[in-house]
Amino acid sequence: MATAIKIENVSKQYRLGVISTGTLSHDLNRWWATKIMRKEDPYLKIGDTNDRSTKGKSEYVWALKDINMEIEQGDVVGIIGKNGAGKSTLLKLLSRVTKPTTGTIKYRGRIASLLEVGTGFHPEMTGRENIYMNGAIMGMTRAEITRKLDEIIDFSGCERYIDTPVKRYSSGMTVRLGFAIAAHLDPEILVVDEVLAVGDAEFQKKAIGKMQDVSKGEGRTVLFVSHNMGSIRQLCKNGVLLEKGMINFSGDINSVVTKYVSTHKSNLSEDLSLWKKREGNGRVKFQRVYVTDKEGKELETVLTGSDIVFNFDVYAKDNCEIDLGFSFFTTDDVMISNLYSSFQHRTFKIKEGRHTISCLVKDFAFSTSELFVRGVINADKELSDWPSCHLTKINIEQGNFYGSGVLSPSTNIFLFKGDWSIK
Amino acid sequence: MAIFKHTINKQTQEEQYSTITSTNRLLDVNLKELIAYKDLIRMYVKRNIVTFYKQTILGPLWFIIQPILTTVMFMFVFGNLAGISTDGIPGPLFYFAGIIIWNYFADCLNATSGTFTTNQNVFGKVYFPRLVVPIAVTISNLVKFFIQLAIFLIIYIVYAIQGIGIAPNIYILLFPLLIIMAAGLALGFGIIFSSMTTKYRDLTFLLQFGVQLWMYATPVIYPLSTMPADKQWIFQLNPMTSIIETFKYAAIGNGVFSWGWLGYSFAFMIVLLLVGIVIFNKVEKSFMDTV
Repeated sequence: MATAIKIENVSKQYRLGVISTGTLSHDLNRWWATKIMRKEDPYLKIGDTNDRSTKGKSEYVWALKDINMEIEQGDVVGIIGKNGAGKSTLLKLLSRVTKPTTGTIKYRGRIASLLEVGTGFHPEMTGRENIYMNGAIMGMTRAEITRKLDEIIDFSGCERYIDTPVKRYSSGMTVRLGFAIAAHLDPEILVVDEVLAVGDAEFQKKAIGKMQDVSKGEGRTVLFVSHNMGSIRQLCKNGVLLEKGMINFSGDINSVVTKYVSTHKSNLSEDLSLWKKREGNGRVKFQRVYVTDKEGKELETVLTGSDIVFNFDVYAKDNCEIDLGFSFFTTDDVMISNLYSSFQHRTFKIKEGRHTISCLVKDFAFSTSELFVRGVINADKELSDWPSCHLTKINIEQGNFYGSGVLSPSTNIFLFKGDWSIK
Repeated sequence: MAIFKHTINKQTQEEQYSTITSTNRLLDVNLKELIAYKDLIRMYVKRNIVTFYKQTILGPLWFIIQPILTTVMFMFVFGNLAGISTDGIPGPLFYFAGIIIWNYFADCLNATSGTFTTNQNVFGKVYFPRLVVPIAVTISNLVKFFIQLAIFLIIYIVYAIQGIGIAPNIYILLFPLLIIMAAGLALGFGIIFSSMTTKYRDLTFLLQFGVQLWMYATPVIYPLSTMPADKQWIFQLNPMTSIIETFKYAAIGNGVFSWGWLGYSFAFMIVLLLVGIVIFNKVEKSFMDTV
């Protein structure tokens, strides 16, 4: 297949901090060096890598550094990475909102970006007028829009409101209308950045279906940025994992998601065995708590709907029978659920020494972005260990909980499914 | 045969590639692209006009009220209080002629000079030729200008019937050119300012009162002929001077007309536009990083 997008040595440098008094002197300095002395731009040589959390030395930063990739026509590529890894910067360059500092991007056909749908909607104008306006902004001609107007209105599901000013629309309706326009734009390359989060499930399904049609049936290329591993997995064939402005890994989407989920380490890494503030007689103590998949591979990010294993390394001073419990806390420190082994009539008779107690949780159904785990051990029915700290933190991304690929609205903190029937 | 066909395909595909690069050519204006977006220009023009009077009671009447009130003010302040001559021309006619052209220029300039800052939300998300926006502004202001021009014509006819002895001369044929020049100058200055203000906001303040002061340096409220003949060239250096003077000369027979200075203004406009477009093109590709 032909190449749709070719990215060669693309880098993007940003200046940090407040742009104010230094600007003029830097500009003059740069102008002097490049135009008069014919040397290299002095500010391009410096610049830190793009690491959000560390304090940098330079006020220039590389949001993207030496990106090289080729995307084939008809491919659906998922771009994943932590916040600030450079995903949106890459999409901005592709949609020509800003230019790269170095390098070139070659592409074929029309690129339409859905960086934020409803762009250019004017609140005072009606839905219909905005369809024309928005379509024109995205490069459609008036005749093209007129031809597709009915289809767009129908897809958006906003027919009743189409002659009402957009300022009266709900945010969901605005997104629906915006997406409907973009989806009917027939661009050769569609760039999508986290739009599906706003609509309801029906619309999400519609949007995902449309994006699949666009790529499969019509051979168009789609670039898709999302934190939602479920929809990424469902939509994309290939993926690119960005880290600190560089390509960490690329390949088929499943391997990229796996790589991302396993490298996405959180910052809770204190040594539990040294933690001082804990209640209990201390006969058996927590040493380390971690989450793995069924094969035993350690995870810091888990997907809803997946099967995961909670592992508790404990150390016992003498032989005893223990009951182990753990609980989940939200970031607001609200406990949402707990489980003791004794709830299921399980206790463990252990000897002196180190042991790992594991608990397999099937169809993981908690859907907050982060969960903190606390734990407690009772030895011979007496409190043995109850650390005051969180034992571990797990990051949760939306996975394929329902088995259908449909995502749950992000407001849900707990998911459930059922067997449906009709009489 | 099949292979041969394939290579041809590949070649034509190679040519279809568009490129996004870090380097800038000096005159990188893609006129073809701008024409491809002519529907967008039309939509912007329509939007500017429609949203101007949405949720107002008087609506488009504001286009008329504004210059009439200004004229009344000028007649009172400059005509009566300051006693500045209008060269024997009735006040309303004299002031109105200057005001509508000046207002068109000033409105266009003020609006286009904020192109990047007021549109950063849209510009930050989608690409289209940014020149669409300032061009649409100059066109939509034209609608307002023509409404005001109609009022001017009514005043003109009323005075003509009363027998003041005014009649347009052959130079009125230059009128479309004058409008193009005013639009070009406003667009040129506007896009230069809008390019600079993305980084240096100071210029916004400069422009705000600069335009007000500029009006007094232009023969809007006084005829150029009242200035000493040997000092008039200083005023003529202002490219707006010959535009307004030519219009007054052609319409009401009062004003200083010279092909030389009109040519100077025209050349000024062309150079300004070229410089403006070069700067604008350079800035439009990366302004999102500095705005």
